[in-house]
Amino acid sequence: MTSTAGIAPANPHDTAAPAPRGRKLTGYWLILPAALWLGVFFVIPFYSLVSSSLFDPNGSVLTGYDMTWHFANYFDAINDYKAQLWRSIWYAGIATLACLVIGYVLAYAIAFKAGRWKNLMLVLVIAPFFTSFLLRTLSWKLILADDGWVVGFAQTIHLTNLLNFIGLTGTDDRLLATPFAVIAGLTYNFLPFMVLPLYASLEKIDVRLIEASSDLYASPIRGFFKVTFPLSLPGVVAGTLLTFIPAAGDYINATLLGNTNTKMVGNVIQSLFTTQGDYAAAGALSVTLMAIIVGLVLVYVRTSGTEDLV
Amino acid sequence: MSQLHESTTTDRSASGSRDLRLSGLTKEYAAFTAVKSLDLVVPQGSFFALLGPSGCGKTTTLRMVAGLETPTSGTIHLGDTEITYAKPYKRPVNTVFQNYALFPHLNISKNVAFGLERRGVKNVGQQVADMLELVELTSQAHKKPAQMSGGQQQRVALARALINQPEVLLLDEPLGALDLKLRRGMQLELKRIQTEVGLTFVHVTHDQEEAMTMADTIAVMNQGVIEQMGAPNDLYENPTTTFVANFLGQSNLIEAEIQGREGGQVKVRVQGAVASIPAERAHSESGKGWLGIRPEKVLIAEAGQPIDAPGDVITGGFITDVSFVGVSTQYMVKMPWGQELMVFEQNTGARRMLPVGTKVDVSWRPEYAFLLDASQDAKAGIEED
Repeated sequence: MTSTAGIAPANPHDTAAPAPRGRKLTGYWLILPAALWLGVFFVIPFYSLVSSSLFDPNGSVLTGYDMTWHFANYFDAINDYKAQLWRSIWYAGIATLACLVIGYVLAYAIAFKAGRWKNLMLVLVIAPFFTSFLLRTLSWKLILADDGWVVGFAQTIHLTNLLNFIGLTGTDDRLLATPFAVIAGLTYNFLPFMVLPLYASLEKIDVRLIEASSDLYASPIRGFFKVTFPLSLPGVVAGTLLTFIPAAGDYINATLLGNTNTKMVGNVIQSLFTTQGDYAAAGALSVTLMAIIVGLVLVYVRTSGTEDLV
Repeated sequence: MSQLHESTTTDRSASGSRDLRLSGLTKEYAAFTAVKSLDLVVPQGSFFALLGPSGCGKTTTLRMVAGLETPTSGTIHLGDTEITYAKPYKRPVNTVFQNYALFPHLNISKNVAFGLERRGVKNVGQQVADMLELVELTSQAHKKPAQMSGGQQQRVALARALINQPEVLLLDEPLGALDLKLRRGMQLELKRIQTEVGLTFVHVTHDQEEAMTMADTIAVMNQGVIEQMGAPNDLYENPTTTFVANFLGQSNLIEAEIQGREGGQVKVRVQGAVASIPAERAHSESGKGWLGIRPEKVLIAEAGQPIDAPGDVITGGFITDVSFVGVSTQYMVKMPWGQELMVFEQNTGARRMLPVGTKVDVSWRPEYAFLLDASQDAKAGIEED
């Protein structure tokens, strides 16, 4: 019945006569493609992941795996890899914050100040996608190389000392193979995912509202925090989610730009799955990461109160 | 409310007259000049209307007063204070925007409190409550703008501006988005509120009826300049340009040959007949001119029948169109020289409605006629739709 509830009968006689069979099923036919899509690309893989997370940990590629409802896998995985889990959340959080600050300025400039350059700037934002993710990250290795000008400049302005002080680099004045490099790589790679939703919601803001705020005694800065920023919250929420979620699960940046002490949970999962063949621990860790992210997202969306803004 | 009223009036008398004065105000854009050297004084406490068709520069003028546009040249003064280049958030001027521009993320009372809070006023609750009472929205205080009707949003916009007790309140087509019936109600409401709070209102509109209903003074704008300014009654009865004659109400403009002045009257020849116009209503002294007469001032009777309260009579017309609009009947009368005159007659019941084709004489009392310069376009200001 729910499928037809949305269709208001135009003619009162429609309600009296039983609905024709074909029409009754229309709703189900319409949701079929989406349901199939979700089934194939989400439900089946998810089922397989959850079941492998409950495998008997004694299984191996040679002896095969048994699904034994072995919930202890979760405790073991969290216990063994809590440092990497925590580091993933932490790195992804800093990268998301950096993306928000940089992306907001960029999106604001494109939406309000770019004039006829607007479309060109949007193309430039997504232009990095024309090259592979791996290549772009690799090229940061060159940019941040020890004898490169970036490191030299960072040393000159004592940025390396500052980063060392807050614990993002070591004492050896390097940038590559430090937490800083990993976070910078995450920030760089996921910036477009922040900029585009921010741009979309900033661009929608009626400039007359900003005029109205200045007419009502709000200076440009106060007007920004009282009107522009609150109205861009849907974009902020969408952008931070689109940045944080993939960044928390990323392992490429940590592999290419980090060191052995910057391993994120993505690296662990990758190595458990592909080299160690410990499917049980890998599955348990994946499900744990997913649960943590879903939990954080729920809390975040609730507290940001954007439900009635969209 | 009376408290608000008193505080504003005492402020004013202390600081002397706070008239809004625009001098030589000009706004040029790359392609055209929106406002051309405008001179205007809006007396403190008056309800002033800027009336004109779209693109005449009225909204640009308003935005310059609000500080949202920077004039190319000229000055804006409020009393003795120059505010030409003052930032919008530093002017004692508030605006009721077209389409209201209410903040969608704030509820009604937060919207209304916005201006006071930005100026650091504490404990705004009572003032917000008073203001919502004035606009009769007390029960809606916690709704969001999107949950309200157009008329309610309009009143929120008004309250949000009024609560700041600006020296000048600017209204940019404030009733444009409302339907006709609601608009009539809001016109009276706005006028009531203006009288109650005693602030200077500058109202921009393209609706001549709206301007006449509310304003003490109307400035009719056309192509960046003021065509004529005055009380609604004066503008309507004695327009000085064809644009005003046509834009404010409707007019019959008949070609006339000016013969000269005789005492307080100017004599003209109109298609063979002679008509006279009071000298103070004649805005052209020699050569050709347009004799203007409002449709409701034209009297009509069947050919040869006596006309009630006659003045100058012209014979030989016949009716080509009749429309009955309830309180009145509108006739189109084709005159011997081919022009069609509009005639509005009150349906007093004194005489039956005249059918199409009836031969008629028309007349008007000379004191209602006006005379305009023939060099002006007789069709200027006629709205096309």
